Amino acid sequence: MSILVRNATRRFGDFTALDDVSVEIPSGSLTALLGPSGSGKSTLLRVIAGLERPDAGSVEIDGRDATSLPPQRRGVGFVFQHYAAFKHMTVRENVAFGLKVARRPKAEIRARVDELLELVQLPGLADRYPAQLSGGQRQRMALARSLATQPSVLLLDEPFGALDARVRKELRAWLRHLHDEVHVTTVFVTHDQEEAMEVADRIVVMNHGRVEQVGGPRDLYEHPANAFVMGFVGAVTRLGEHFIRPHDIEVRRQPNGTTSEAMVERLVHLGFEVRADLVLHDGQRLAAQLSRQDAEELELAQGQIVFVRPSRTRQFAEAPAG
Amino acid sequence: MPTRGRLPLRILALGYLAAILLVPVGAVIWRAFGDGIAPVWQAVTAPDALHAFWLSLLIAAIAVPLNTVFGIICAVVLVRQRFRGRRLLDAVIDLPFAISPVVIGLALILVYGQAGWLGSWLAERGIQVIFSLPGMVLATVFVSLPYVVREVAPVLREVGTDQEEAAWTLGASPLRAFLQVTLPAIRWGVAYGVVLTTARALGEFGAVTIVSGRLAGQTETLTLYVENRFEAFDLTGAYAASLTLAVLALLVLLAMTRLQRKEGR
Repeated sequence: MSILVRNATRRFGDFTALDDVSVEIPSGSLTALLGPSGSGKSTLLRVIAGLERPDAGSVEIDGRDATSLPPQRRGVGFVFQHYAAFKHMTVRENVAFGLKVARRPKAEIRARVDELLELVQLPGLADRYPAQLSGGQRQRMALARSLATQPSVLLLDEPFGALDARVRKELRAWLRHLHDEVHVTTVFVTHDQEEAMEVADRIVVMNHGRVEQVGGPRDLYEHPANAFVMGFVGAVTRLGEHFIRPHDIEVRRQPNGTTSEAMVERLVHLGFEVRADLVLHDGQRLAAQLSRQDAEELELAQGQIVFVRPSRTRQFAEAPAG
Repeated sequence: MPTRGRLPLRILALGYLAAILLVPVGAVIWRAFGDGIAPVWQAVTAPDALHAFWLSLLIAAIAVPLNTVFGIICAVVLVRQRFRGRRLLDAVIDLPFAISPVVIGLALILVYGQAGWLGSWLAERGIQVIFSLPGMVLATVFVSLPYVVREVAPVLREVGTDQEEAAWTLGASPLRAFLQVTLPAIRWGVAYGVVLTTARALGEFGAVTIVSGRLAGQTETLTLYVENRFEAFDLTGAYAASLTLAVLALLVLLAMTRLQRKEGR
């Protein structure tokens, strides 16, 4: 079910969390709201859910104006960063909550809960309490709970933010897989560009309460609309007015007319890649990214003089916002 | 802390408790039974004593639920809402802690007495507040008001609003979400507040003594009865009634330890 947010503004005192934001989220998509903290991404999600009322603007869910609908009647599932598990209820009771509120027959609730626990890979844990589950299991329970009432839209607010790195990676892949299976229109909030790139098929980049750019992961990386997006979705290094991806810097041992002289200030080995911090003769700094093989062939070492040339640069009309 | 230092500290703490609390309470029990069980039983079951006992329980039975419901609502407002005067409300709630109960009693007479602002209006309609049950309930509600608020507010803050919001998105009405999701989450805070309120309500003396008029067999609570007996040189009666109060207090204390144990699970 598609979501349409039009000109939404939300202020908290002097702080403008959403500044005239308009976004369209197509039916069945898996969309990430990506931005630094304070960019308004969580507020936008809460406005879609009805947990926050915009000061101005409207929200449409599936072609229906939902602006004044309470969260109970929007047909959304919501997953919180800190799980929001009902601690005094078992896993089964947690997942069944929405179905009980909807007064479904007992047998149906039982069957549906079993099916959902299977889906989120928690069968056999139905009678445990949330305190007896790991963080990853709790979040999967919360997901099953939000899916129980078959929402038309699934909203997740930094769903993996409270988990450790390994579990987070696991759940990312799993969410992607789940979405392919369930096909519910899904929006999740994250401040982690890698997470957004890996999971989402569309990314809404936000900053200072505004939408900076909307596009696919590759689109944003290859064609960023401005310096903020370029810097936020990937590593970036600057040469005057030019913005360069570190892997777009050619490093040679000999000058070839178009290159500039630089000294290797520091080498960082990151497994399959090597990052070289360079200082140009005029004092400017650059970061170049090379494969380990290239670095070995060049016999790069700290203090060495090399010759560099950006193979691809971008310039933006406006100065970077932050 | 080195092991050597522990024993003197423990002796100091226990000795302080014994000297200040245990010895006097123990002495009451000891003195009550000084002449055997029969006179104690007689004193406890005397008509005025029984009346005082039931009156104390009745007042607590009205004041505690009132302060529980009000206390929870008040805690919700304090923790979740931002408005002008919130800090003032926060401070006002502690007023009963700060003001002497005697002053509270006098203040109630000023407002609800025959010549008081509200009192005269109520008297015209045949409702007597001071020197009767309503006034005593009011005084008890006043002095025991902060306990539930103060126990519930921090727990409520810690629980946050995520769970309740999750319940909303699952279709639950705000009332249902509060009753089925938030209330169970704060239940130990509520229970602890109720226990403290009950203990305070049963033990209240100062404010109630002023507004009750102390009519034996009519407006005399257990604490007032104890003083009445004491002043009439009926020591057995005084100690026996004190014993009843102490037993009630012990029951409340027991309930509290049981709750703490459950909470610690």
